[in-house]
Order: sequence, then C-alpha cells, then structure tokens
Amino acid sequence: MTSHFRSIAEAGTERVRRLLDLTDHMAAVGRRPNPKVPALRGKTVCNLFFEDSTRTRMSFDLAAKRLSADTMTLAVSSSSVNKGESLRDTIETLDAMGVDAFVVRHRTSGVPWQVANWSPAAVVNAGDGWHAHPTQALLDAYTIRQRRGLTNDFTGLKIAIVGDIRHSRVARSTTEILLMLGAEVIHVAPRTLLPPTSHVPTTADLDEVIDEVDVLYMLRMQRERMGAGIVPDGGEYSRRFALDERRASALRGDALLMHPGPINRGVEMMVDPTELSQSTILDQVTNGIAARMAVLFDLLGSGEIEE
Amino acid sequence: MNNNAVLLTGAVVIDESGERQLDIRLRDGVIAEVGEALVAGDEEHLDVSGCLLAPGFVDLHTHLREPGMPEAETIETGSRAAALGGYTAVVAMPNTDPTQDCVEVVEFVAKRGREVGLCDVRPSGSITIGRAGHQLTPFADLAAVGVRLFTDDGSGVQDEGLMRRALEYAGELGVVLAQHCEVASLTAGAVMHEGECCSHLGLPGWPALAEELMVHRDIELSRLTGSPVHLLHLSTARSVELVRAAKAEGLPVTAEATPHHISLNDEHLSSFDTRYKVNPPLRTIADIEAVKVGLIDGTIDAIATDHAPHPSAAKDRPLDEAPPGMLGLETALGVARAHLDCSWQHLIGAMSWRPAKIAGLSDSQGRPIAVGEPANLVVIDPDAEWQVDPHALASRSSNTPFVGVDLKAKVRHTMFQGRVVVRDGIATA
Repeated sequence: MTSHFRSIAEAGTERVRRLLDLTDHMAAVGRRPNPKVPALRGKTVCNLFFEDSTRTRMSFDLAAKRLSADTMTLAVSSSSVNKGESLRDTIETLDAMGVDAFVVRHRTSGVPWQVANWSPAAVVNAGDGWHAHPTQALLDAYTIRQRRGLTNDFTGLKIAIVGDIRHSRVARSTTEILLMLGAEVIHVAPRTLLPPTSHVPTTADLDEVIDEVDVLYMLRMQRERMGAGIVPDGGEYSRRFALDERRASALRGDALLMHPGPINRGVEMMVDPTELSQSTILDQVTNGIAARMAVLFDLLGSGEIEE
Repeated sequence: MNNNAVLLTGAVVIDESGERQLDIRLRDGVIAEVGEALVAGDEEHLDVSGCLLAPGFVDLHTHLREPGMPEAETIETGSRAAALGGYTAVVAMPNTDPTQDCVEVVEFVAKRGREVGLCDVRPSGSITIGRAGHQLTPFADLAAVGVRLFTDDGSGVQDEGLMRRALEYAGELGVVLAQHCEVASLTAGAVMHEGECCSHLGLPGWPALAEELMVHRDIELSRLTGSPVHLLHLSTARSVELVRAAKAEGLPVTAEATPHHISLNDEHLSSFDTRYKVNPPLRTIADIEAVKVGLIDGTIDAIATDHAPHPSAAKDRPLDEAPPGMLGLETALGVARAHLDCSWQHLIGAMSWRPAKIAGLSDSQGRPIAVGEPANLVVIDPDAEWQVDPHALASRSSNTPFVGVDLKAKVRHTMFQGRVVVRDGIATA
C-alpha cells in the first residue's frame, strides 16, 4: 500500500517524530555551500495547486529540486478547470505521465484523499480547505524545537493560537502536532471564528494569556471575513486580536512569535515582527524547505540521503 | 399457459389487517382467488414457501431525473430499480429540468411511466414555479391531472407568508404539501452535519437547527391553516420530538425518514467519500437512534428512499462541488430490515400502506390482500443476507454508499398490475 502524508493524525506519533529528526538533518544539508543531494534522482514530483499559493508551491518545488527529483507544476484555480473535466479526469491524465508523488493544494477539504483513490502515486497534502496543512505543522514544530533547543518532547510548553481558527487548516494541523508532542494549546478567537466544537481550551481575551505563553502563534486574518457577518469590521478585530505595541511588550522575552505568512499588516499585525527578537517568521520559511524535503524523502527515498 | 394469471403458494401474507398463511391467484390485474392449498391451473406457478407476500412498496420520495438528466437516471431505469426494490408505486420528485410545475411536464412524466409499465409513476408537483420560492403553481390544474403531493424538494419554501398561503390554497383541494425542511440562511455552503466531526474535518456544517426550525414552523402553519403537511426525510432527534408532540395534539402532520438516516452517521465523511454527501446530511448516532425510535413508535409514518442518482462524473468532484444524494430504491428494504428492530407488519406498513395513504394512492396501492384488490404485490425472502453489487444495479447511476455492507431480507418477486415485473430478483423487462 502506498504511503501518503495527508494529516498529522494519519501520520501518527512515531512517524512525526522521525520526520522531525529527518527535518533536522535536511536543515543541516540546507546550510552547506551546495545544498543539493541526489536522494530522489529519477523520481517525479507533480505539484498540483488548485489554489493560489506562491510561497508553499515554491517551497515544495525547491525541496524536490534539492533532492534531485524532477518536478512539474500544474497551477490552476479550481474554478478555471474545464467544467467538462472532473477532478478525477485531471488526476488520471497526469498519473499516466508517470508521477511518483502528487503535492496537492485545494480549497476543499479532503481532495488529497480523493486523489489517492484515483492514482497509485504518493500524495502529500499541501493544504486542503480548512482541514489540514501537515507540512506547515511539521515546520512549525521543528522551528519551536530548534529555537527552544528541545528534543521531540514539548511537555510544559504553552502555545496560544490567535485568530481565524474556524477557517484555518494551519490551526488544525499545528494544534494536532503540538498536542501530539505534549504541549498545551489554547485557541484565542471570537466565537464566530472558532469551529462549532473545540477540543482545546478557548478564550476570546488575548490579554488574559499573552504574558504567560511560550509561543504566540498569530494566524492570517482574511480581509473578506470582515464585514461579512463574521466579525463586524477590521478595526474592532485588530483592537481585540492583533499584536500591537502594548501586547508585544507584554510578550515574554523568551517567548516565540510565529505566523504562517503571508502577514496581513494592519490587520492581525500592527507592529513590524522583524523588529521583535521573539519572531521566528523567517526561520519558519527556511525550515519549510527542510520539512518538505524530509516528507518527500520519507515517501520516495530508499536508503541513504547522500550518494 | 395463461399469461394473464399467476399462482403464488406457500407465503405468509402480511397486510394492514395482520398475518396469515394463504395461497393467492392473480388474474387480469387483480387478486382473483385466495385460500389454503389452491390448485395449480395453466398459469405460472411461483412457490413462495418461506417468503412474505405483501402489498407492494410505495416510495414517497424518488428522483427519477427525467426530463432533464438522462445521464443520471431515466423513468425507465428508475422504474426498474423501483421494481427490483419491491416498489409498485413511486412519487417522482419535481426537481426535473424543466420543473414539474405545470400540466405538460407532469403529464409527460406520468405518460412515460405508463409506457415503461414497471411501477406506478406518480409525479409530484412543485409548490412554486421553477421551485424558485416565489409564485405558486396551479395546484387545482395539477390536481385535476392526478397530482396529490406538492413539494419544492431539493429546497424548502423559505417564505413563511407564501407557505401559509400555499397551505390555505391546498387545503380545499385534498392534496398534501410536503416540505424539505431546511432554513437556507443557516446552511450556506454546508457539506455535512455541523458538529464535532465537521469541526475536525474543516468542512462547512449544516446545523440540525436548520431542519428543526422549519419543522416547527410548518407544524405551526398546519395548526393555523388546518391543512395537512408532510415532512420529508427527517434527520434529527429534535425534529422527531416536534412531530411526536404535534401528533399528540392531533395536528394533520405526517413524516418520513430515509434508510440512510437510520444507518449511516456523519463520521463516514472522514473518508471524504462524496457518496456520503446527502441533504439533509448524515447525522450523529444519537439522531439515528431517535429517528429509529420515531419509526418504530409511528411518530414517523413512512420510510422513503430519497433515491437521488448522480453520475460518477458529478460525484467524482471535491466535496463542495459534488451534488448531494445517494441511491435508495434497490437497497431500502435490506437496509431498513438490518437497522430497524420491529415486526414485519410494522416495517411493511412503513413502506406500503402508510405512504400510500399520505400520497393519496390508497385506492390502488397498499391495499389488503383480498379478492378483487389490485395485484400490486411484493414477495420478500425474509432470511436473505446479501450485499449490493454496484455493477449490477438497474439504476443508471451507482452512487450507493451500501457497497460492502451486510443487508437483510431481499425482494424476490414484484407484481405490478398482476404482471410479474421482477422474478427471482431479476427484472423481467
């Protein structure tokens, strides 16, 4: 049976820990003068992006290239797919070209599972709907591990994830991996931006938790949610949930400030995070390549990473 | 051989009056003779010892897709699926293209059903023109050509004022209005039941309240107008409670539930398999239990399939794009028997004479097994255990979620107007 990487829960604790260790190895490869290894020579990785995401797409593309895989990319907004062709037709056509792994991004939850039903290739979930973004979770956990000098045990860490939890695949997957590694997670959002039910503690008061957390994880707030009956307007959202000067100064010196990018300045971020020592935002971008290399190697590699 | 006659021997006969061992002889479309140990003549003889013989099933809720969507189903393929499921009458839902909102379309469906001749195809009419929720259809003209049930199924009538007028107008015509209970403003973009599972899967939720508000509203409108209302495919525990209370007050409210809402829960969506996407959505185990109790205690009158064929090309899409609905006709009995712990007479009543009365068909369907009655009958093997073969379905589509599921009891023969239309589980035409 082909193995996939579609959600943190599906991967399981043992594999997640192995992938974090492998990410550490790939990060070291990335720091070399020549960061390229021949591990996936002859393998073909197809990036299938039905939703715009330049950053994630480029990160996956670079990860595959650093492993010497051949890559091809189909980037179309799903609405522009020919109405006469079903998703299944698209997958079967690409599969016939000889693909070892599909990296799938789609605006709808579950598409990576459907793709796996229609193709024998390995499937990596690069973000499906509001559901899961497991490589983001991996790079987030690895960034915390790296910055805090931890192993794969996060017991005692307290993490607040702030913002649009309901519509966030990042929140779901990152919460899942943090709980798996033993951390404590709290979701901070107005009720309208929480899922119908929550399995972690929630609060609508950011100030209540900001000075006690080890990690403050700010989510991107989509402008289109504001004024659509979900939150009244951007100004009120920012006053209640954005990181402003006052809140930034309440953040502990050894805390980490994380964000999946791209940042909506003036919405959830009223300060320049690059001026805060706590910010890990660029580390997350760098580590994203290593985490995706780890996932692709784990699925497609055989034996050694080096020649 | 006399082709206009059939002798059935050895069955346990079940109808509204009870159970007894009887042989029956059909001739010229009616039950010509009943008795113990009838002697075979020159007609076809079906030995049905060990089987149950009952009035044929009546489906209050079938999407035949014709006119308009022949790639999904036609009146012919849907009628064959119905006959194989033991149905001798189906009420054809109006969300065809064009809509069954005028005499011409309704007469086309009825005529095509008669030409196919495998079961009684009874077109419903829509409540509003084009099912758009604005203007009433000509109820009296449609009633004059045989329409007895009106519904905008596929969506609910959102406007309370319009629904009130529809009930007032329908009341004096002796027809019934049937509601798809869904307050649309609470279900925009919804893919599955709103609850723990949808929170985890990141799929937009369809809250139980969206159904229950309209159930409540229509019960109150029925009280106000005195007109009967039939509530389609109830799926939540609270809906069942509301109907139970309405019936206790003696209001003219009837209700149905589908086989899938008593057998499948929302966690099936964890596979992201679009065959489980249906409207109303699969609910929780607690809802399933409440709907089953409602069916068993009679709060819910009928089992209706909501047979909703869709071609693979439509279902092989992301969950938000894939249309809701699943097949039902060929598996309804097997699913219902596997999941409902009640007597055979009660189960058959929920599939035959009770829906026949709701649909205004009790002059020819769900009748007693007695001399002179129309020979619309089903023979059931009560001990059969089987699984559905998705490649062997009579329906043009194959979107059934019951593949690989153990089903109990199977339709062996179906007689429509005295003709054997299904013999030993195979359609004869």
